[in-house]
Order: sequence, then structure tokens, then C-alpha cells
Amino acid sequence: MPKTFIRPSRGWVSLRLRDVWAYRELVLFLTWRDISVRYKQTMLGASWAVLQPFFSMVVFSIFFGRLAAVPSDDLPYPLFSYAGLLPWQYFATAMANSSESLIGSEKLITKVYFPRLVIPVAAVLPAAVDFAIAFVVLLGMMAFYGVAPTVNVVWLPLFLLLAVATALGVGLWLSAWNVQYRDFRYVIPFLTQFWLFASPVAYPSSIVPEGLRALYGINPMVGVIEGFRWALLGSGTAPGPVTAVSTLVALALLVSGAFVFRRMEKSFADVI
Amino acid sequence: MSNVAIRVEGLGKQYRIGAQQARYKRFSETMMDLLASPVRRLRQLGQPPPPEETIWALRDVSFEVGQGEVLGIIGRNGAGKSTLLKILSRITEPTEGYAELDGRVGSLLEVGTGFHPELTGRENIFLNGAILGMSKTEIDRNFDEIVAFAEVEQFIDTPVKRYSSGMFVRLAFAVAAHLETEILLVDEVLAVGDAAFQKKCLGKMGDVAQAGRTVLFVSHNMSAIARLCQDAIWLDAGKVRARGEVTEVIQNYLSEGVKEEASAEFVPKSNRAAQILSIELLTPDGTLATTHLANLPVRIRVRYRLSERISAYRVGLRIRLADGLDVMTTASSDVEGDLWTDDPGVYSATVEIPGLLLAPGQYFVTVFLGQPGVKVHDRHENVLAFRIEGRTKSLVERELGLIATPLHWEASRFAVEHSE
Repeated sequence: MPKTFIRPSRGWVSLRLRDVWAYRELVLFLTWRDISVRYKQTMLGASWAVLQPFFSMVVFSIFFGRLAAVPSDDLPYPLFSYAGLLPWQYFATAMANSSESLIGSEKLITKVYFPRLVIPVAAVLPAAVDFAIAFVVLLGMMAFYGVAPTVNVVWLPLFLLLAVATALGVGLWLSAWNVQYRDFRYVIPFLTQFWLFASPVAYPSSIVPEGLRALYGINPMVGVIEGFRWALLGSGTAPGPVTAVSTLVALALLVSGAFVFRRMEKSFADVI
Repeated sequence: MSNVAIRVEGLGKQYRIGAQQARYKRFSETMMDLLASPVRRLRQLGQPPPPEETIWALRDVSFEVGQGEVLGIIGRNGAGKSTLLKILSRITEPTEGYAELDGRVGSLLEVGTGFHPELTGRENIFLNGAILGMSKTEIDRNFDEIVAFAEVEQFIDTPVKRYSSGMFVRLAFAVAAHLETEILLVDEVLAVGDAAFQKKCLGKMGDVAQAGRTVLFVSHNMSAIARLCQDAIWLDAGKVRARGEVTEVIQNYLSEGVKEEASAEFVPKSNRAAQILSIELLTPDGTLATTHLANLPVRIRVRYRLSERISAYRVGLRIRLADGLDVMTTASSDVEGDLWTDDPGVYSATVEIPGLLLAPGQYFVTVFLGQPGVKVHDRHENVLAFRIEGRTKSLVERELGLIATPLHWEASRFAVEHSE
């Protein structure tokens, strides 16, 4: 029979990923709950998943593509920006949901035990449904502009995984801090906006001077978005040092976030 | 049954008192503190807070629970019962001490945790089950039983936001009641639904207790505790005050705070139109007593003062059992239906509870004075306790019921049986 030992913990504690794994069904149930609740009582339902990036694309195309004549790696600007907006939109939504997830689950945290990591993890997944729906539209646009995917498309899931890792990494940090200090709730919209302009969504990373690209890659979304366009549309440059830097930063965010989360976890039920 | 399922050693939990009011801090406050006195703050970081800002919700709690034992936990609000269960269910960490649980642990600190109003009953069963730690196969297996227990068959595919509150709690309890862990920690979840459903819940908990699982059961409902548990722990101000056979612990717990004294006096407060001054328990010959014989009447005398003329008032008593059940209410307006009207002065009212009415046991007295439908002028809850003792054989045990009135029986032969 399984034994449970309960004693006060001090300082840094192990992640206990095995416990999280044991509760994988709960992760799925929470994800499924968020997805099915998401579109109930909305008039336009799933089309919201497309409307948001689509209208952003239209605005970007008019102001950046046409008026400011921002380069687009030889792709039609609408296709270029939409392909950037998709992973970005996923990331921004997943990060915000994950960061807010703990304070939105106060009841669960004060009344039931399960590994707390489950909550921010489950919160990054539902946005993937929106992504999938919007992705279908992207395929339509590719057909419209006559852009065929390259063989590199097999790498696409890896770049998506990188986006998940980044969103979760930030989500772990912010959700834990959010429990202690509600100020972090106001940080999120600001951070999202700031981050959008620091990511190659509306412009290609080729406008960044060659020597600074690796530095630019410290923003993991640079690796994600550039990789996404490269794998699907064959644009830009093949993954290189920039991707490596992005991946390392994303992993560092994720691992440090998980440890910080676990360290702060013990006071969640008392403070929230 | 010598195997220990739960071992608790020196368990303690400290809370910051400040954390009670402003539960989470604003980051700016911490930053301001940090800026104001960086050295002091940095030195304090990671160190225990000063003792005057903290409170021990639980301290030095040690006990063991054998496998298959059903242990009740009683105590006043704030005695640490819920904190104890939260620590054992791993919701919060202890500050000191240690606990060991042998077997899968399920905890029911609340029913319906995680229910989502937009989801249907069916969906919520699976969601809530998963939150409580059940696997999908486990939920599948118990699904029909859960639905039947909750009596919501027709509405199982309706969003629970359209449920009545009764249906909602029935479903919530039904899911929780089907947790199949070896150890179950239960906090006051029986107080849901209507009386009939509560009875059903109690029955279900009884089945759980019979099934050889280890249960820690927190409740304010003493009769439920007495029915389900063999042993009980009395927590008082975060410490174990007593542990032992359930009825004994309950008796000790309940008789504390309520003096088993034959009289009580109340400090008069100014600017009250009417107030109760004292209450006394008397035997028929007029002596003060807390123990009364079952076959003799108990006389209760209430003295009160009217500071002004009060019209249409009455004086009353409520007799209550140790577990909170009201046995009877009697008021001066009972017999004639008349309310009294009196000029200012000090009055004394006496009532006699006849002998051979209350069964042996302990009773608590509440006294009140008021104008029905207008105002309750004065009221004192559970101010006295008295005991009825039986001397004749048929009056010894409480299990006989609440009423001890001997009734006359007759028998007549209805048909003749031939035995050959």
C-alpha cells in the first residue's frame, strides 16, 4: 500500500514529477473542462479562434505591410504575419491563462489535494484548440497564395513544443507569484504587449543586425516564430544559433519556474 | 486491528495573524518595507516571524489510528479540526511534526469542489471524481450507482446550473461518497441536503465505516459522531484535550463550558426593558440540584426584571440534548395561550417538568423572555445542564428513547392456537 509521509519542507524541494504523472487524468479533465466551457454561451463559438488572429493580420497588413513597407522575407505580407500571429496568439493566451490559473482555482487549492503543478500545466493546453482551428485557415491561405509546405514541416511540432515550454515556464513563475502578490495580475497584459513587439510577428528577424541575432534569440518566441515560418513556409533562415539560444532560455525558464513554483507551493493554501 | 493506518507525531501548524485580515500582500508593500529597512528585512527573510504575529492553530498533536478504525474529531470552532484534516490531506504543510499515512488517502473537506455550473451532471461527475483522485475506470464503474444515489437520473445531461440546490448537493455528495480509498478524511460534509438526504448520507457513511476503511470524521453533529465512530478525539485550542471511547469524550466535551450547576445568574445590563436575572433547578421539595430522579418532577424557576410595563410577553425554556437536538420548548403562554402583561418589577416564574417524561440522560437548558412576534428581550443559550437519573430498571438506558412515560399495555387473546 502506498505510504504518505507528511513533514515540513525547507527551501528547495524536488519536483515530484511522478506525482504529476499519476494525476495525468486530472490534467486532461481540467483541460477538457476549460475547452468545453470556453465556447458555451458564446454566439460565434469556435470562430473566435480565427477572428482574433485574422483581424490582427488585416491590421498588420495595412499598417506594417502596406504603409510602413515592413519586409516579409519574400512572402506575401498577410501570409507572413498570419503565420507569425498563430504561434504568438497561442503563446500569449496560454501564458496568461497559466499565470491566472492558480488564483482562479482557489476552491480546489484550499479543499482538495493534488500536485499543484497540475493547474498551470492544464492551463496551457486549451489554447492549443484555438491554435488548431486557426491553423486550418492558415492552410487555406497558403493554398490561396500558392505556397506549398516544405519537407521541413516535420519539425513543426518541435517549435510548437517550444512555445508550450515557454508559456508554461512563464506561467509557472507568474502563477506562483500571483498567489503571493496580486500585482502580477497587472503585469501580464503589459508583458504580453511588450513581448509582442520584441518578437518577429509583424516583422522578420532578418531586419535585426546579423551580430545581434543570437542576443535577440534570448526571447524564446524568436526561435518559435522563426522556426514556425521556416518549417511551414520555407522562409527565413534554417534553425541555427538563434534557435539554440531560444531553446536553452525556454528550458531554463521552465525548469527554474517549476522549482520556484514547488518552493512557493507550500503556502498556497494558506495565502490564496 | 493492531496495524496503524495513521500516525501523527507532534504535529503543529503556525499561522500569521496578519494573514487573516490582509491575506495576500501587495508587492508594493513588500518593496516599501524592503526599501525602508533593507538590512532588517533581508535578515528576516527566511526566518520565522516574531511570535506575537503568529498563532498556533495546532500544536503538539500526536495520536494513532488503527486500520479500520473510525475516529471522530470534535471541538469548538477554531480548535484546529479543519487544520488537522488539511494537513493530513496534504493541502497545507505542517510547521512542525510529522505524520504517516498507510494507504491511499481521500479527503472530503467539502462536497462539490470543482463542480462547474456550465457542465452537465455527467460531465461534472467525471471532473469532480478526477479532482478527488479517482481514476476514470473507477468513476466508470461507479457511475450508475452515483447517479442513482443522487436521484438525478433524468437530469444527468442537463447543465448543473439548472439544478435545484438540493439536486446539486445530492450529486456532489454522491460523487464524494464513492471514493474508494483506504483512508478517508471527512469534514462536516453531512450537513447537506434535506433531512431525508442527510439520513441517507449518514447511512452511506455508516457503510463506509463498516467496510473496514480507516476514517477520520470531523463533525459538530454529535449524534452522527456517536453513531459512526468508536473512538473520538477532542481538540481544544489546537491541542488534543482527550481521546477515548466516543460517548465519554462527547459527554466531557459537551459538559465543558456548560456548568452543571443548579443555578445561574446573569449580569444585569442597563437600558433593557426586560431581562432575566437568574435561573434555578429545583427538586420538588425546593432544594437546588443538578441531578434529578426520573420519576420526580424537575422544577425550574426563572427570575426576571421588567424596567417598564411590558405587554403580551412570555417566559420560556428550551430543553436540549447534548448533541443539539431540541427535546421540547415550553413557554408561559402554553396552556391558556395567554401572554402576560405586567408593570415594572422583579418577577419569578416557575415551571414544573413532570416526572417520568424525560428519559435518563443529560439535558441543557436555554431560557428566553420575549414578546412573540415583536421582540426577544433576553435569551441565554444552554446556560444550565441537568441530569435525569433512572432508578428503576426500565429507566436506566438512554437507548430507550427520549420519553420515559410508562404506558399502559393490554393484551387479549385473539385466536386460539392448538399445539399438539
